[in-house]
Order: sequence, then C-alpha cells, then structure tokens
Amino acid sequence: MKLKKKTIESEIFTGSMADVSFLLIIYFMITSAFSATRGLDFALPEDTSTPQEIKQEDSIDVYVLPGPVDAPPVLEVDRNQMPINGLVPYIAERLKQNPEKPIILRTDPAASYGNMIAVFDELRRAEEDIGTKMNISIPTQREIENIWTLLGIG
Amino acid sequence: MALMSLSRGRDRQSAGKIFTASMADIVFLLIVFYVLTWKVEVDRTRMNLPDTWIRVNLPEHEKPAVISIAPRSEGYLIRVSTGEEMSLPVSTDEEVVTFASTEVAKNPQKSFVIKADQEVPYERFDAVLDALKQSKAKYIYLLSEQRTQEQ
Repeated sequence: MKLKKKTIESEIFTGSMADVSFLLIIYFMITSAFSATRGLDFALPEDTSTPQEIKQEDSIDVYVLPGPVDAPPVLEVDRNQMPINGLVPYIAERLKQNPEKPIILRTDPAASYGNMIAVFDELRRAEEDIGTKMNISIPTQREIENIWTLLGIG
Repeated sequence: MALMSLSRGRDRQSAGKIFTASMADIVFLLIVFYVLTWKVEVDRTRMNLPDTWIRVNLPEHEKPAVISIAPRSEGYLIRVSTGEEMSLPVSTDEEVVTFASTEVAKNPQKSFVIKADQEVPYERFDAVLDALKQSKAKYIYLLSEQRTQEQ
C-alpha cells in the first residue's frame, strides 16, 4: 500500500482582509464631506488712491428691505418699491442708456443675508439675460456712512 | 456505529453559500473612490446656505480662507480658517481684520470664502465684508447651494 504524502500549501491568511477593508470604508464614509464648493464670486475693485466719484443719478440704487427669508425679498429700486421679478426688466432698460452704469446694492442691517443673496443672484442672472457684464457694488455700512459724511448728510 | 455513520453523513452535506468572490473588488472600488474624493473640511459648522441660480467654482489650485458665520442657534459665532487648518472661533470683528490682513500679507491674491447661514442678520455679514475690505482682500466668494425652484 502506497501512502499519500500530504502537502501543506502555503497561503496568505486573508480572513481579516474584509474587516480591514470595511473599517477603511467606514472611516472614509464618516470623515469625507461632500461640502459645497460653489457660490457667487464677488471681486472687489482695485485699491486706488483716487476713488471714482459716482453721482447718485448716474447709478442704480437697489435697497433690500427686511423680510422673511423664505419669501421673495422686498426691495426698493431708485426709491420705488418693486417686486423681485420687475428688477431685471427695469435694470435692462436703464442700462440701455448707459451700459456702464454702476448698480449699488444696499441692504438694511435688519434684513437677512439670504434676502441680499437672492437679490444679488437676480442681478447676476440679469447679466446673462442682458449679455453685458454689470458693475455691481456692495458697499458696507461704514462706507455708506463715510459717503454721507462727505456729502454732509445725516 | 449507527450514530457514527449519521454524523459522517451530516458532515458531507453541502451548506448554502453566498458568492463572495467579487466582494473584494467592490470593497476596493469603494476604498479607491473615497481615497480620491476625500477632502478635509476645514469648517464643519452646519448651516442652511442661501440658494442661488448662478454658481461658480471656487479656485481649486489654492486653498481659499474660510470665514463662517454660524446660525442663530450658535449665537452667530464667527470662525476663521486659513484653508489648511481647522477653523477657530473669533470674538471680535477686529480679529477678523487681523486674520485677513495676515493672509493678504502672505499672499495678496488670496481668496476668501464667506460661508453664512441664510438667516444671519445682514449686519453680521456686513461686519465681515467690511473687515475683508479693510484688509484689502481682492477675491471674495459667497458660498451657496444650487437653487432648483423659484421662490
């Protein structure tokens, strides 16, 4: 009788590979963040020693009033109350006279940030509709007060 | 003897199996996906960003600095991050000016991302924007979500 010689095959133990792999997957799933990486860009003008003087009649004044965030923003354009969907046609008409007319976007301090963004977004959409790059300025409260002081208002 | 043969018979029974040979492929595919897409989020403040139709990509070649304004539940706390380190809270607007001025001094082309909850009073955003203007920051991005329907 011939005895069969048992050969022990060498192998790499892979039983724990699944545990390690799932541990890695869980780690990446928990720590990875699908964060928002897109938004509105806003380039500030170059710092010059002689700021360009803008007369009130040469600009379009958009003023965002306080209102609920989940409702359409309440705004005044050139001191006239206007619905948000009336903003683009009005601006398009004004820019026909002078395409470089600056748009000054002011917001009431009590209004919400979301309301301002809604109006800013509408203005940026208008750029696409009209087909020209608009000169949108967002002055801060300090800058507005400085201008008022210079003009002797307030 | 009868008992012995019975146990042998049970051993021979083939158990139902789930085919797991492709599991390793799927697992490694998932690992590679997460390794490639994994990004360190420097600011983990949870908030409702405003929705906009127009959205542009933030610059990817450089890491923009992040200034976040937390919602009311967190007391409109402002946090700042250089874009490489985790965000840290600041208590005054002057600290935002100092932070932004330092970053602009290091890199005059530095971009800044303002991440604010949509319910934040404009006054808070105005203070941050003013701090960036004082610091001579040139490129500012206002983080938003994609709007999908009219208000």
